[in-house]
Amino acid sequence: MNTTELKYKLIQFQSIIALLVMCIVLSFLSDRFLTTENTWNVMRQISVNVIISVGMTLVILTGGIDLSVGSILAFAGAVTAGMLKFGAEFTDINVYIGFTLLGALVGGTLVGAFLGWFNGLTITRFKVPPFVATLAMLTIARGLTMLLTGGFPITGLGTNMAFIGTGWFLGIPMPVWISAFIVLVAVVLTKKTVLGRHIYAIGGNETAAALSGLKIKKVKMIVYAIAGALAGIGGIIVTSRLDSAQPNAGFGFELDSIAAVVIGGTSLSGGKGTIMGTVQGALIIGILNNGLVLLNVSPFWQQVIKGLVILLAVVIEKFNSKEQ
Amino acid sequence: MEKQNNTPVPILEVRNISKDFSGVYALQNVNLDIYPGEVTAIIGENGAGKSTLMKIISGVHTDYEGDVLLNGKKISFKNPKEAGENGMVIIHQELNLIPYLSITENLFLGNELSNKLGLLDYPQMNKKAKELLARLHLDIAPSTPLNQLRVGQQQLVEIAKALLLESKVLIMDEPTSAISDHEVELLFKIISELKSKGVAIVYISHKLKELFEIADRYMVLRDGKSMGSDIMKGTTHDQLIQLMVGRDLKKSFKKESTIGDKEVLRVENLTFKNPENKNDFLVDDVSFSLREGEILGISGLMGAGRTEVLEAIFGLYPKYVSGKVFVDGVEQNICCVNDAIAAGIALVPEDRKLQGLILNMNVAKNTSLSCLDKISKFNFIDQKNEAELSKQFIQKLNTKVSSSKQIVEKLSGGNQQKVVIAKWLATHPKVLLLDEPTRGIDVGAKSEIYKLISELAAQGMGIVFVSSELPEILAISDNILVLSESKLTAKLNRSEASEEVIMKAALVEKE
Repeated sequence: MNTTELKYKLIQFQSIIALLVMCIVLSFLSDRFLTTENTWNVMRQISVNVIISVGMTLVILTGGIDLSVGSILAFAGAVTAGMLKFGAEFTDINVYIGFTLLGALVGGTLVGAFLGWFNGLTITRFKVPPFVATLAMLTIARGLTMLLTGGFPITGLGTNMAFIGTGWFLGIPMPVWISAFIVLVAVVLTKKTVLGRHIYAIGGNETAAALSGLKIKKVKMIVYAIAGALAGIGGIIVTSRLDSAQPNAGFGFELDSIAAVVIGGTSLSGGKGTIMGTVQGALIIGILNNGLVLLNVSPFWQQVIKGLVILLAVVIEKFNSKEQ
Repeated sequence: MEKQNNTPVPILEVRNISKDFSGVYALQNVNLDIYPGEVTAIIGENGAGKSTLMKIISGVHTDYEGDVLLNGKKISFKNPKEAGENGMVIIHQELNLIPYLSITENLFLGNELSNKLGLLDYPQMNKKAKELLARLHLDIAPSTPLNQLRVGQQQLVEIAKALLLESKVLIMDEPTSAISDHEVELLFKIISELKSKGVAIVYISHKLKELFEIADRYMVLRDGKSMGSDIMKGTTHDQLIQLMVGRDLKKSFKKESTIGDKEVLRVENLTFKNPENKNDFLVDDVSFSLREGEILGISGLMGAGRTEVLEAIFGLYPKYVSGKVFVDGVEQNICCVNDAIAAGIALVPEDRKLQGLILNMNVAKNTSLSCLDKISKFNFIDQKNEAELSKQFIQKLNTKVSSSKQIVEKLSGGNQQKVVIAKWLATHPKVLLLDEPTRGIDVGAKSEIYKLISELAAQGMGIVFVSSELPEILAISDNILVLSESKLTAKLNRSEASEEVIMKAALVEKE
């Protein structure tokens, strides 16, 4: 292998190399880092971010952005909890509908998908820039959450519900199973399907894509709906883990999610990036968080360091894409 | 200094200017003298090098061979601002104004007046702006935001901006392309005024009629070379056209006619309203017919409506287009690109990088983009099939790539164009619309594209070919349509077509 080839390989696997270096350094610095318990702990912590970030990756690949995922997560969580605990009661007509766990889960996911679809509608039909449309949804969904919960958590959701966020299956935490499944589906979607190809094409050159007969609006609507649905699933897991739907759940999650996508090498202008890159980005953020906590770094410094890592990742990425 | 009036001394001299863009000469040994108090017209076809020459004089292009002399002294401006400070002012064809700023703010952009406190002196600027607007008979408040003005008025503001600077040489690039007859008269009045003050004016226009009215001298450019210059008086319309087009016809390519009997495309009364101005037509009542195996060339000057004819047929602006389109004798209702594809029409757009390709995708993915459904099962792309498809076209079109996995951004212009053509051939069109398919590609690739187009025609495809290059149109077309100002002004067959005939039809003006 000559040097240019080596350089190319290094660039290709930079995220994985960064991950390995972080793990090795942390395992020397802290004896608690490389334990089975801590490993599953980290994996469980990042699973929600991975799920949201898969949706965010799809959105960013089309050249858009979704700032509303944190709020949609909270609202979908609250809807799920509400459905489970109170059901739907229509006092006027004296009807009460109780929901099974499955019903509540489907309900929460669909609510997320609907709000995401609404994002897509305002963006494609009314030509609102994605930044503004999803910023508005960030506020709307948070407000809806407050309305639904009255500002108080909905607690006491039962052991079955708790299993989703805290249970184990075949020695692996449930959230890790769920996020792994979603990642797998998303990898297939982006690499093997027509929809996936259209997502890349639209982000790469929307004009050319339109002139080639691609249905730009339809694809974007689907992508924002997927992002909403995945935020909904994230909301269910968060709610289950805490055994309560918190009105402030998911606050700032959109930023962690964008950070994971960007660190994973996806271009914010669209058309370039991968799901696995985003997974690596989420791992880097998760392990960094965990490591800084284990090393007793002050939370204030943690934020500074996290910001610097994001900058560093993007600068390296820019530098490398110039090299190629 | 004493100078006799009867022997005029040029204020600006261009000496042996050459300029190449990556090996292709845009200008070769061009000489030009500009005299104070006179209007010098620069005439030439699209791509003759007029704009490049003006960009050199006004400091946009800084690397070139040859000398530019101002008042006998050699100059080399580093940028347009420096050129402006030395009295060389250019009014660009495309508007360089900021839509949300007021007229005053636009006029003084970069040359703002400030008061003693260092703040903008609006009263002073507005006063000056008002005077300027009055000179141009523009009865609009100087505080009006620019985007509330009609395009013609904006053009006048652009002219006013140039008048504000104390110019010695004023370059006008197609100043009348967007303004009304009344405004043209005003402009000519201003030009006479400037002339009497000794300003030298360089005037670029396609409209020969107005050049006879306003110009004192002319210089004709063709393929980057100066073909002749003289005083306007005593020169005829036909002489100018002869100079513009009369090149030695190196027919490197000569096509056999392969026209069949069946009509594949018929267009009736195609009309395309300007989305920005309801009273303006981008395509005005155009009808034509195309048989299988026929290559139909569409010629015309820039902005004549050539691209718009193709876009109208292809269904890109269904809301603004009326008229009928028949494919194989069946009337089609084309409202979107997919309708056009289903009808068997394909469009290779004018700008392959902006409109044709997903640059960061590979050859195979670009090739399959418009026919993904055909190579997929249950929405899953059959990647073997895709690679096969792309390889087939790489072979057929002789595209030079390292593999079908190569990113198209890295390919040469000619090979990029072949990928775009492959994408459309993969949809199995009956009619192929090509918009400037050889723009910006080298000579070798050009002749390969000609060969390919004739082969496709020989296989029975109907081809519509838009081009700015007359020799190319003449060499490859069976029949030729000429457009001028959105209207069809000539339908020629190959035996009656010549560069002169086409150019005359392209210069027909609305009365």
